[in-house]
Amino acid sequence: MKLKRIICIAISLVLVAALAAGCSANEKKGESGAFKIGGTGPLTGVAAIYGTAAMNGAQIAVDEINAMGGIKFELKYEDDEHDAEKAVNAYNTLKDWGMQIFLGSVTSTPAVATSAEAFNDRIFSLTPSASSTDVTKGKDNMFQMCFADPNQGTASAQYIADKNLGTKIAVIYKNDDPYSKGIYNTFAEKAAELNLEIVSTTTFTDDSQTDFNVQLLDAKDKGADLIFLPMYYTPASLIFQQAKAMGYAPKYFGVDGMDGILTLENFDTSLAEGVILLTPFNADSNDERTVNFVNKYKELFDEIPNQFAADGYDCIYALKAALEAAECKPSMTASELCEKLIGAFTTMKFDGLTGDSMTWAANGEVSKSPKGMVIQNGAYVGLD
Amino acid sequence: MKKNNIFLIYGTVIAAYIIIQLLMSAGAVTSSLRGQLVPICAYIVMAVSLNLTVGVLGELSLGHAGFMSIGAFTGVVACMSLESALPPTLPRFVISLLVGAAFAGVAGFLIGIPVLRLNGDYLAIVTLAFGEIIKNIINCLYVGIDSRGLHLSFLTNSDALNLEEGGTVIINGPMGIAGITKLSTFTFGFALVLVALFIVLNLIRSRAGRAIMALRDNRIAAESIGINVTKYKLMAFVTSSALAGAAGTLFALNYSTITAAKFNFNTSILVLVFVVLGGLGNIWGSIIATTVLVILPELLREFNDYRMLVYAIVLILVMLATNNATFKNTLRELVNKIIPEKLIKRKEGTTDGNS
Repeated sequence: MKLKRIICIAISLVLVAALAAGCSANEKKGESGAFKIGGTGPLTGVAAIYGTAAMNGAQIAVDEINAMGGIKFELKYEDDEHDAEKAVNAYNTLKDWGMQIFLGSVTSTPAVATSAEAFNDRIFSLTPSASSTDVTKGKDNMFQMCFADPNQGTASAQYIADKNLGTKIAVIYKNDDPYSKGIYNTFAEKAAELNLEIVSTTTFTDDSQTDFNVQLLDAKDKGADLIFLPMYYTPASLIFQQAKAMGYAPKYFGVDGMDGILTLENFDTSLAEGVILLTPFNADSNDERTVNFVNKYKELFDEIPNQFAADGYDCIYALKAALEAAECKPSMTASELCEKLIGAFTTMKFDGLTGDSMTWAANGEVSKSPKGMVIQNGAYVGLD
Repeated sequence: MKKNNIFLIYGTVIAAYIIIQLLMSAGAVTSSLRGQLVPICAYIVMAVSLNLTVGVLGELSLGHAGFMSIGAFTGVVACMSLESALPPTLPRFVISLLVGAAFAGVAGFLIGIPVLRLNGDYLAIVTLAFGEIIKNIINCLYVGIDSRGLHLSFLTNSDALNLEEGGTVIINGPMGIAGITKLSTFTFGFALVLVALFIVLNLIRSRAGRAIMALRDNRIAAESIGINVTKYKLMAFVTSSALAGAAGTLFALNYSTITAAKFNFNTSILVLVFVVLGGLGNIWGSIIATTVLVILPELLREFNDYRMLVYAIVLILVMLATNNATFKNTLRELVNKIIPEKLIKRKEGTTDGNS
């Protein structure tokens, strides 16, 4: 018995030693003269499409910048499965790798957890798309590339009122998703202020996101002519389908989570015809950089990039601009870079794919103007 | 080998703690492993407590994460409400743990009354349902605090809490809690594991524990000799859920955010996998299985997208291997070859005499 115990302890020792062995390179600075940038995102699971898009977008930017000469980047993405616990694990793995700048987490819930870690470790973070205000709240080194949720809700209500898109509005939102709920709350507030009439408000959760007949019937009975859908596109695609099946054809208005619906597998794009969405990125824009980016993305990944990809791309370029402005070197430690980048980000102006002359407030929120887009003939077309 | 040798169990846990502490002070522990120490402790407490229900009481529970969730949310609410009144972390942490455990225990008692009237598959399904009910209730729960005290609401948004100026929302419905101050440390986690082990092992070895095991082995026979079925079943179930609650608090206080969705059916199953893999009723097995299975996905990060697939395959192989007589014999022969048989026999003889 005793011997067995000793063996067990010996085995656990060996295991622990093996684990620790990987860390000898711990906290090393960038050796090859490149800034080490890490990010976490859902690369597998239900939200994988966002994580992969942001990662691919960022990778394109890194490749371009490395080819240019000058500043060099090394990018590493770790899977967080859209879960706070896994995201912290992924973040720690990146720290072992020697990450100097953190690209945050792609989705909100994991980002809240990882941003707290990055705040404690003094690693500068710029998230491409985690839009919850809890991500940046109280953390001076946390910045967002996307709109914060409240801004999206307000902007959507404003847009609907300005363009007179609907008189009777129905809202369907996901009750257990901070993203969806955050947008809904501010949308409802702003709508009341603008005297928009919301006739029907219905919800769903993760467990009930396959059947929307009840919600749609409610909207139909109350005569809604526009349905506001602050949600990701997977449930939205089912809503379009089920509404069509019941012969109900209102206008739809989505937010940035709707972006990407056209690349959803097995989705009949004619269902999304006429859907209006508010997103900072327009893949059909004639702007030279956007065209370049879209072509490159299509070539490499065989699909049209969505807003997440553009956000990832912009993040890397914004970091490049800030690093250059603050005259940072890859040999600096993460906390040195952090202080310099905070200074650079709050003072600089940045032109990217997702907006012109973006600026960042000290609380980490970005200021840029959303673009209204409508889906026509299976493609996104700018509304303005 | 005797099941649940207490020296082996405490020895492993304490040795692991000392080794990790030594390695940490030498700076030889990766951030990745360091970040997982607290979750490992929390999951060990979960597995040990579930083993009490599944292995010792012999009732399959599929809603264990529900109790973890109750402990997590009530513990964090207690912790955040006491922040100004009780700044030192240790007493605040202990009180939060006790609050979490108490609430989960009460929930376990309330749920246990109807649930434990059932047996076998029916009980499993009802616990599953209760786990989901807990998740959904927390999903529409709003709790805030201001100078007048705690406010609670079941309505659809946090405005209904009528908080005073300067009040803060703690539980924000489906968005859960954000902005938790991290209090959990490896040492706290380790202490909780020891406490959980102490409670569970002593319960198993007590008079009550023997009654519980008698119920598992033959309920009718146990009843016929006058064992109070409801009482002992509830005792095991409530202890198990209270410990799960404490584990939940420990877990939640290690992250800056928690949502009710985290404690879903999958988490219950995950903990059940730890228990089954470690062996029903085998506490030491639960500890080892939990540690290995929590670390494994992180070690498999090199496989990128295929990591969860590899994890599943490893899990299946381990399950098959540990239940395969030929494999076990080969392993035993291998061990015997390496270590002279005489030595093992002598050693086994001496310890068995002692315990």
